[in-house]
Amino acid sequence: MLDYTKHTLENGLDVIVHEDHRCPIVAVNLWYHVGSKNEQPGRTGLAHLFEHLMFEGSAHNDSSYFTPLQQVGAALNGSTSCDRTNYWEVVPTSALDLALWLESDRMGYLLPALTAPKFENQRDVVLNERRQQYENRPYGMALMALMAALFPSGHPYHWTTIGETADLHAATLEEAHAFFRTYYHPGNVSLTVAGDVETGAALARVRRYFEEIPAGPPIPPVMVGGEHVTPDVASPDGIRLLLEDRVELPRLYLAWRTPRLFADGDAEMDILAEVLTGGKTSRLYRTLVHERRIATDVSAAQGSRELAGWFAITATAAPGHEVDELERVIGNELAALADAGPETHEIERCLTQVEAQFVYGLQTVGGFSGRSDQLNAYNVYTGDPGFMMQDRARYQKVTADRVRDLAATPLTGGRRVALSVVPHGAAGRALAGSTAARVS
Amino acid sequence: MTPGVDRSRVPQPGPVPTVRFPAVRVVRLSNGLAMRTVEHPGPPVVTFLLAMPAGSASDPAGQAGLAALTADLLDEGSDERTALELHAALDRIGARFGIEVGADATRVFLTTLSRSAAEGLALLAEIVARPRFDETDVARVRDLRRSRLQQLRAVPGAVADRVFLETLYPAHPYGHLGIGTDDSLSRLTAADVQRFHRDAYQLGPATLIAVGALTHDRFVEAAERAFGEVPVRPVCDAVVVDAAGLGAPGPPSARLVLVDRPGAVQSELRVGHVAAARSTPDYHALQVLNMVIGGQFVSRLNLSLREEKGYTYGVRTAFDCRRAPGPFAMQSSVQSGATVEVLQEVFAQMEAIGRDRPVTPTELDLARAALTGGFPRGLETASQVARGVGRLVLYRLREDYYDQFVTQVEAVDASAVTAAATAHLHADRAVAVIVGPADEIAPGLGVLNLGDPERVEP
Repeated sequence: MLDYTKHTLENGLDVIVHEDHRCPIVAVNLWYHVGSKNEQPGRTGLAHLFEHLMFEGSAHNDSSYFTPLQQVGAALNGSTSCDRTNYWEVVPTSALDLALWLESDRMGYLLPALTAPKFENQRDVVLNERRQQYENRPYGMALMALMAALFPSGHPYHWTTIGETADLHAATLEEAHAFFRTYYHPGNVSLTVAGDVETGAALARVRRYFEEIPAGPPIPPVMVGGEHVTPDVASPDGIRLLLEDRVELPRLYLAWRTPRLFADGDAEMDILAEVLTGGKTSRLYRTLVHERRIATDVSAAQGSRELAGWFAITATAAPGHEVDELERVIGNELAALADAGPETHEIERCLTQVEAQFVYGLQTVGGFSGRSDQLNAYNVYTGDPGFMMQDRARYQKVTADRVRDLAATPLTGGRRVALSVVPHGAAGRALAGSTAARVS
Repeated sequence: MTPGVDRSRVPQPGPVPTVRFPAVRVVRLSNGLAMRTVEHPGPPVVTFLLAMPAGSASDPAGQAGLAALTADLLDEGSDERTALELHAALDRIGARFGIEVGADATRVFLTTLSRSAAEGLALLAEIVARPRFDETDVARVRDLRRSRLQQLRAVPGAVADRVFLETLYPAHPYGHLGIGTDDSLSRLTAADVQRFHRDAYQLGPATLIAVGALTHDRFVEAAERAFGEVPVRPVCDAVVVDAAGLGAPGPPSARLVLVDRPGAVQSELRVGHVAAARSTPDYHALQVLNMVIGGQFVSRLNLSLREEKGYTYGVRTAFDCRRAPGPFAMQSSVQSGATVEVLQEVFAQMEAIGRDRPVTPTELDLARAALTGGFPRGLETASQVARGVGRLVLYRLREDYYDQFVTQVEAVDASAVTAAATAHLHADRAVAVIVGPADEIAPGLGVLNLGDPERVEP
């Protein structure tokens, strides 16, 4: 469905080129196959902090990475997840050399420019990012509590990408340098050039800028505290947690461990999320928000990650209502689904949404979730940039019976994490039997 | 180093390719509805936008939130269908439906696959022209919005936005958030919503915009079928849809406002004042000025407060040019201990750029290039193009506005930036709003010389 070519350079760099000549722009997108799962307890947050350092200049452009790119009107950004770190810019076609020069310079020659003052500055920026996006935001600490409970210590998803404050304070410049040497080299990267380019010429230019960067050492396996991780262990049994927060309305999170990305059952969990909360006709929206009016909002999502998946339903109690009411009604809906399965028209609705989503996702060449990002995602996670075809086929094969089975297990089994986030001083409004979650 | 790569200097890119805004065909449907169509090849996607020139500034006195509540109720059932039936129909074509209520305008969007264009347009007409507005639906949606308002009291950015507008625009239609207040919402009834819809949703001044992988003729044909029977009348005289009706904003109600958020680790900040209308001849100069002071990552404020001092995750400024003079605003969330220092710097930078620290040649090049180089990127998707056309009609811009954009930006020189700063940036009357831990911040505020802060509840 997406035309592309893929070449692997001698230093291990995967290069994917996709042509689209409708708009005179080109997207350069790089996925470094490293994320917070590669961190160690005590140094959480390092992968994301490192992402920031990639924008602070490299040996031959020792100024902000943004300056030369904003000079050509580029859009650019980066992000870190538990599994990968991506970087992208979208530039006018005439600035492709500039983008490749800059990306290759920070891949090949970052460390001479990575100094203590920059490290200290970006540590402060990240601490402020943490304050803004997590600590000072209503319900902002919920994700940390959920991840910690779903993935017990020893699992690399136990912590979130932003990291622990104490760990961010403890990180050193030397550790950042070592992190770069371990993970930031061509063999751990997938690079896509997409847009108004000729494939042969684009590949030649990528070779010109990146071939000189030496191959790096093999990437160490994901281990925590010297132990191999056991990704498939199920959710802990029936955990109930509460967080007091600066919020007006209590919110309930119900979460389970589920199949990992592209594993059997992963697509079914996406469909299940859509059946439950996709749009106003979905089962939980209709029941909780539209008919009973006991919730102000409800959402569900399958978080498909490389090592494991997790599924969460989130609902906020309407004024005058409590989370135990939400838990009861959601439980009834899940039981009904586990018993009778979804109806044919529900599956059809979900498949239409999924199909439309694939088409809408083709509209941009660059940016987060644009075509270049998708090609890299498929390449990094499956080795095949053209995996979109198989990805779509997974959904076509989803059956109502299979969705019913997954609604039964795990969603109606006991292996669940239930987190209540309640206003300060209102611990009694959490689900009965909840204990305080430890987050900082 | 391999021969061939010169790393002694960053490559100088060639000129930005010239891009024209795609051809817009202007038509009038047989019922008189204005329509603009754009053929936009690519993935089989179409975006429809119905642009109407009444937004939350058209809320009647004492009924803040009515425009947004009405918009929110459009897709809660029609003459033909209940809310759930309507959404089932939208789901069947994989549509993405959304409504944006700004101060000056309401924009109703529907994106669907090209093959479903006709059904999409028919649904859009049904939603906009024949909403049901049942008592029970109105009560349900009003309660949801009141709950939302309650939750926003705990969101520092939302509190800062609300207080900033209230302070800048006392007794002016721009002085409230679209969602309104709990007091106003609690009194709104189905009859109010029906009346507002009858008065403001007349299609006389509206424009239907269609962009995507279809031909002009197919768009028009489908629109004739969907909208052909809808009467096109002017909006009621009582509904404000022009600058004169909005009136000139007066002075702010305070210079310094503090909203206590005990124990908060950051202060959410807004600094600014009433600035320029969209019709200002200085529009392009203001955009360049904004890029220099705070409109992009490498702006003066972001480089100083984030990249040198590490006080914040980011700073942004914007001139929000509206039908009547809109706000200039700096926004940032900063570690609470740095609150006063940050405010001092923001005021100082606002002052300096028009006086003793004018824009440098490098800054000027960077700011202009960022605007002109970024132009092609904004024409990639159907919805980007639809938004662009929407701005043309809502702000009555010249038909060749986009084709002149690059030339106009390139014509902005240093003296134009300084003149724009002198005319439109006023540190001496800027308002500062702080949402943060009052006991930590209040003792240091004296150095700002803005008097005692007015204290406002969240």
